Amino acid sequence: MKTLKELSKKGSNKFEIEDDLAFFEVEKLNEDYLREEVEIPDVSEVTLIRHFINLSKLNYGVDLNFYPLGSCTMKYNPKINEEVAKKEDFLYLHPLLSIEYVQGTLKILWELQEFLKEITGMDAFTLQPAAGAHGEYTGLRIMWEYFKDKGERRKKVILPDSAHGTNPASSSMLGLEVVEIESKDGMVDPEKLKEVVDENTFALMLTNPNTLGFFEKDILKISEILKSKGALLYYDGANLNGFIGIARPGDMGFDCVHLNLHKTFSTPHGGGGPGSGPVGVKEFLAKYLPFPVIEKNEDDFFYFSKPERTIGKVRSFFGNFTVLLKGYLYIRELGSEGLKEVAKLSVLNANYIKEKLKKYYPSPFDRVVKHECVLSGKIYKEYGVKTLDIAKRLMDYGFHPPTIYFPHIVDEALMIEPTETESKETLDEFIEAMIKISEEIKTNPTLVKNAPHTTYISRPDEVRAVKELKVKW
Amino acid sequence: MKFIPHTEKDIEEMLHEIGISSIDELFEDIPEEIKLKRDLNLPPPLNELELKNEIDEILSLNLKLKRIFLGGGAYFHFIPATVNYVLSRGEFYTSYTPYQPELSQGILQALFEFQSILSDLTHADVTNSSMYDGATSLVEAIFMAERIKKRGKVLVSRSLNPEYNEVLKTYLPPREITLDYIDFNENGEVPLEKLKEKVKEGYSSFVIQSPNYFGIIENLKEIGKILKESDTLFILTITEGISLGILKPPFDFGVDILAMEGQSFGIPLSFGGPYLGILQTKKEYIREIPGRIIGETKDRNGKRAYVMTLRAREQDIKRDKATSNICTNNSLNALAALVYLSTLGPSGFKKVAEINYKKAHYLAKRLIDEGFELKFKNLKFFNEFVLKLNIEPIRLKEKLSLVGIEGGIPLRYFGLDDSYLFTVTEMNSREDIELLVCALKEG
Repeated sequence: MKTLKELSKKGSNKFEIEDDLAFFEVEKLNEDYLREEVEIPDVSEVTLIRHFINLSKLNYGVDLNFYPLGSCTMKYNPKINEEVAKKEDFLYLHPLLSIEYVQGTLKILWELQEFLKEITGMDAFTLQPAAGAHGEYTGLRIMWEYFKDKGERRKKVILPDSAHGTNPASSSMLGLEVVEIESKDGMVDPEKLKEVVDENTFALMLTNPNTLGFFEKDILKISEILKSKGALLYYDGANLNGFIGIARPGDMGFDCVHLNLHKTFSTPHGGGGPGSGPVGVKEFLAKYLPFPVIEKNEDDFFYFSKPERTIGKVRSFFGNFTVLLKGYLYIRELGSEGLKEVAKLSVLNANYIKEKLKKYYPSPFDRVVKHECVLSGKIYKEYGVKTLDIAKRLMDYGFHPPTIYFPHIVDEALMIEPTETESKETLDEFIEAMIKISEEIKTNPTLVKNAPHTTYISRPDEVRAVKELKVKW
Repeated sequence: MKFIPHTEKDIEEMLHEIGISSIDELFEDIPEEIKLKRDLNLPPPLNELELKNEIDEILSLNLKLKRIFLGGGAYFHFIPATVNYVLSRGEFYTSYTPYQPELSQGILQALFEFQSILSDLTHADVTNSSMYDGATSLVEAIFMAERIKKRGKVLVSRSLNPEYNEVLKTYLPPREITLDYIDFNENGEVPLEKLKEKVKEGYSSFVIQSPNYFGIIENLKEIGKILKESDTLFILTITEGISLGILKPPFDFGVDILAMEGQSFGIPLSFGGPYLGILQTKKEYIREIPGRIIGETKDRNGKRAYVMTLRAREQDIKRDKATSNICTNNSLNALAALVYLSTLGPSGFKKVAEINYKKAHYLAKRLIDEGFELKFKNLKFFNEFVLKLNIEPIRLKEKLSLVGIEGGIPLRYFGLDDSYLFTVTEMNSREDIELLVCALKEG
């Protein structure tokens, strides 16, 4: 498709804005400051709308079809939430308005804090972080301040080899050092953990269920091992969908958690953001939360407060409010029973896919999974077909591919997360396509290797993109 | 069972295929002692109609104000209908990070265009495809400068937005980067002679906001010269992007890294977020800029295609060696900014900037005519300025609320107890302005 710049024609744009001060002559800035030309494409409104609607047609979203991207929880986004979040009463709120004017807004944020405390079993929350990884940073930063107050300079963060890439990156943002431990049967082995945990251990960061979809069954032992050396346990909430309402990280010994509101609580991912990553802590860490924290007095008046040993702010203002609002609405729509159903049906869907496909895409680990399962395309290497090719071929069947080559501990990994909002029919169609592809690999591997055949573009040349860097028109 | 499409029969069939008799069996691997033996203590579920009514009730606790003269890093601007129309397309807002370019050419091309339009606006070589907000972009800019210069010290102009300053104070200490400040002068600007001296101490970068927190447009030309001579990286922060409609492209002055808030570009105030972090740099530092970058390439048939490029810097590949931990960014708001800017076009964008400039100057003039005094005599301000008022913040608020106005951010953070920041945008009519002048005059 043409770019906006290629569509640009001088004088096409007829945008107008009222000037009710036409009579007022203002002294202009001098030429050291003043701009001559604004270089923006010049297009008419109709050209512009067609351009963007045509672009949207080249994009794939959950509203179109199944999006089984593992660890991303691409569930259906309730439309009512979008409608409510677009109310002018929310959109026109300036963040520096006096709190008397925004009591309703603060009530929503305060209640959301309370809901998240209850859901996770933690004692206090901040809603400020803008995304999951931002929440990770915030949580670790809180823990950093805690150790600093204790006069300890612990440096070692322990991560299972199946950890999300953001875990090590967030750790190094704080100058911490990462030690990776090997999984045993796809899970953390308490014996191995014992060997690496010492007085220099800052924390273990754990995703539970982990990225293989397994529940870390030794979680209480793991927690004890860390506590015995004064280290902390951090919960990466990316996979909370797998047991929400059934169990709570706070009851498992976690000291600090972040949630991915845009995943578990169904706020659309927007092509990669905005998201929201609230952080919850146990009581002993509450005084370190970023400010402001929202509180309520006995007259039901909501106000901001600054925790005693606050780490400061991790972004401007209060967080991604409209994303938080959608998370709040989702919880109000589902209640306790509904959230439990989310866990149950997302887990049922994942196990159903795994059972039906494990014969065709065998994984080294075959156990009950939570909300996602990891299969492998390894056996097709002998036909010269890689998991990447399988992913591309799925597009021809109308599906977005799963996450591939992650976690790294499974060769040719296919990480599938169906979520609870996909029907049995959709899953069956997907399973059927996966089985068909496995047959195609044996009979016509070239067909698979050259896929996709039906998309707007065929496979792009990624090497060329790096070699001949072109990052603007 | 809201939003779950399964019938009882579906569930039975699926359980049968798995070879179990109830869903609960799938949770047997969770130790009994940590299973929650009760319901979550949450309000009962609501249907759509109940939910709407509930929200209306909660919203009735808010007081409606029509006339807002608040800025300070978040600005009330007109948003053309095209923006919401485009953003409401499910193909955009219900998609994820474009890991599979064949199915994501729409958002990829849009982000490439966003990078391009923003680069054109500031004359940057490189714009990434967005960060969380202006403040976190600034943190990343300082980290970038540290990777390049490794001096462990940053100098920051005191007239930086307090929100941003507080964020820096959170991020810098664990990385052992010393944060030094340079105060503003009686003109509300950074004192150039003092800056010249100060940068000799050897900083990786100097951070300045322009227009600064007081609305004053700094002398970037001279600052650029001073920094170049001292081999200090020039980091500029912009919180009010509309100013670019009348101001010279900052990279013309030798800016090395620009960390900007894009909220003014078609993104609603929304009580503080989500906003749009914009991060830009020169070509030579492209491998140091964190976050996603979209690049143009060709597909197997030679057709133009867009992909996420330079991925090797990112956390999912480089893990603890990545430039940053940023993963989710603000793509949808980047799209909003692109639609906004192209809806206004070159003449419209310039016009909106001129009106913002003019309206703030009109308010200032009216107040001066009525005997009020500006804190800084400097008239090089954009759409906000500092007014001297000998009144308690609570009294000012009461006075203005009588006419449905909120405005005037107290500047106690800067030790300016007698000063308030007033902001005027195209959303404030002449009538609003007169009403404000009247209200300030009385009592």
